[in-house]
Amino acid sequence: MKAEQISVFLENKSGRLAEVMRVLGAAQINIRALSIADTSDFGILRIIVNDKDKALAVLKDNNFTVSKTDVIAVEVPDSPGGLSKILDLLDARKVNVEYMYAFIERHSENAVIIFRFDENDKAIEVLQKAGITILSSQEIYKR
Amino acid sequence: MIWNQEFETLPREALESLQLKRLQATVNRVYATVPFYKKKFDELGLKPAHIKSLKDMRLLPFTVKTDLRDNYPFGLFSVPMSSVVRVHASSGTTGKPIVVGYTRRDIDTWAELMARTLTAAGIHQGDIVHNAYGYGLFTGGLGAHYGAERVGASVVPISGGNTKRQIMILKDFGPTAITCTPSYALHLADVARDMGIDPSRDFKLRVGCFGAEAWSENMRHQIEKTFNIDAIDIFGLTEVIGPGVSSECLEAKNGLHVFEDHFIPEIIDPETGEPLPPGEKGELVFTSITKEAFPVIRYRTRDLTRLNPEQCVCGRTFLRMERITGRTDDMLIIRGVNVFPSQIESALLQIEGLEPHYQIIVDRKDNLDTIELLVEVNEKIFSDKVKKLEVIEKRVVHDIKEMFGVSCKCKLVEPKTIARSEGKAQRVIDKRKI
Repeated sequence: MKAEQISVFLENKSGRLAEVMRVLGAAQINIRALSIADTSDFGILRIIVNDKDKALAVLKDNNFTVSKTDVIAVEVPDSPGGLSKILDLLDARKVNVEYMYAFIERHSENAVIIFRFDENDKAIEVLQKAGITILSSQEIYKR
Repeated sequence: MIWNQEFETLPREALESLQLKRLQATVNRVYATVPFYKKKFDELGLKPAHIKSLKDMRLLPFTVKTDLRDNYPFGLFSVPMSSVVRVHASSGTTGKPIVVGYTRRDIDTWAELMARTLTAAGIHQGDIVHNAYGYGLFTGGLGAHYGAERVGASVVPISGGNTKRQIMILKDFGPTAITCTPSYALHLADVARDMGIDPSRDFKLRVGCFGAEAWSENMRHQIEKTFNIDAIDIFGLTEVIGPGVSSECLEAKNGLHVFEDHFIPEIIDPETGEPLPPGEKGELVFTSITKEAFPVIRYRTRDLTRLNPEQCVCGRTFLRMERITGRTDDMLIIRGVNVFPSQIESALLQIEGLEPHYQIIVDRKDNLDTIELLVEVNEKIFSDKVKKLEVIEKRVVHDIKEMFGVSCKCKLVEPKTIARSEGKAQRVIDKRKI
């Protein structure tokens, strides 16, 4: 099961992130999790939102370059060693993490980690076999 | 100082009759040996015998850069390859260079012309010449080299690059003359200062011959002050012979004497192609009248200048051309390399998914030309992974370097951020203050 993330290209100049947020806010879109990858020239904003189709549409309308990417949202206990266990499982099967970011659930003792793997399908198989909970986009929003 | 007193000071009348004789010989030769020229003449109903005076030059067809490219590599040579002892090439459009050939006599002519050039700058036997023009297919390095040897100077064939080592050699070998592009001269000075060396005191330089790119009177003053030398403007282009087409003299430093016993210059209206009267500004056109392997007939340089027929204080009777003040096309000269925006565009479009939304920003930092390419990111090349976008930037930098030998920077920008005026993007922003 995969979740969908929206990626937005940001040129490295002031006000660009603010502009994305303004566009999303005006369209009543809520962001659940985000991360920014940055280089000296540009950044990539990665977000998980409540209404991805609408978010894509309004961002495109405002001339942003956007893409939709499958990511894997994994629920882990918010306690020491929670992430370590997951990474060990993946490492044992030689699955690489391209990037990841995390947030804490509001209604439980768990954290959700958003992963982008080099081989998403293999990662899902490994995680499911180990009984790890993988969340869909909708489920992320209910937590 | 004059290298070839006899020819460089020929009375105009004698010069013009020599030009006519040589022009007629050249026209006969190309008509008989180069199918491209024969076809062009035939289409116009023109026979070599129709050229009876220098005024008849206007009957001859023009040759343009694309003609040279279309006949790549050796199609315009007027002698068999067995008579060609050297080839050189300049960067042409879309990857293919313009290739020119030289017979043994052409190389000899070229050495003579560069000997005249260096002598006009006061360089003579006993001088040590630091030749920092690039050696290779580029005509600058070997052109200056042969000329310096011809006058009997000691040549340091340092070529371009490795600037710190150049500073060491400038200090230790004590050259009295330098030949390079004007921007590289100023870059050398910057690096020297960084190394704690004062270029106005710690070198023995007396004079420099600078060319291969446009520069200004202000830049001349800057170079002269920086190195405490005389800075002389020299001119040439690969298609005609390389450096050694025209040169300033030390006495006047006011206009470049065209070596008219070898090349006939004309100024034409770039729109109509009609010759303009002396003193008017227009496009510079050259016909070579002594070259054997690669003669050119009315080659349109796309450079804008004017010709000054006034007699010079130095005694030369040759016309003087003004510094090149512009071009009729969009060619950029980056560190002496000819770059067309269309070449950059075709390099970009080789990359899958890239659209032609780009801007070329040319600047001069620390006296070196820089190119920055802004490329708009579209959905086809965009990725959530930084790596993928960086690969595109690196590929652009690599391809441009391969094509021109010039390093550039590539910056990805958001779509529609490159200014479009009336639907047409401004492709080139040249911030250089020359």
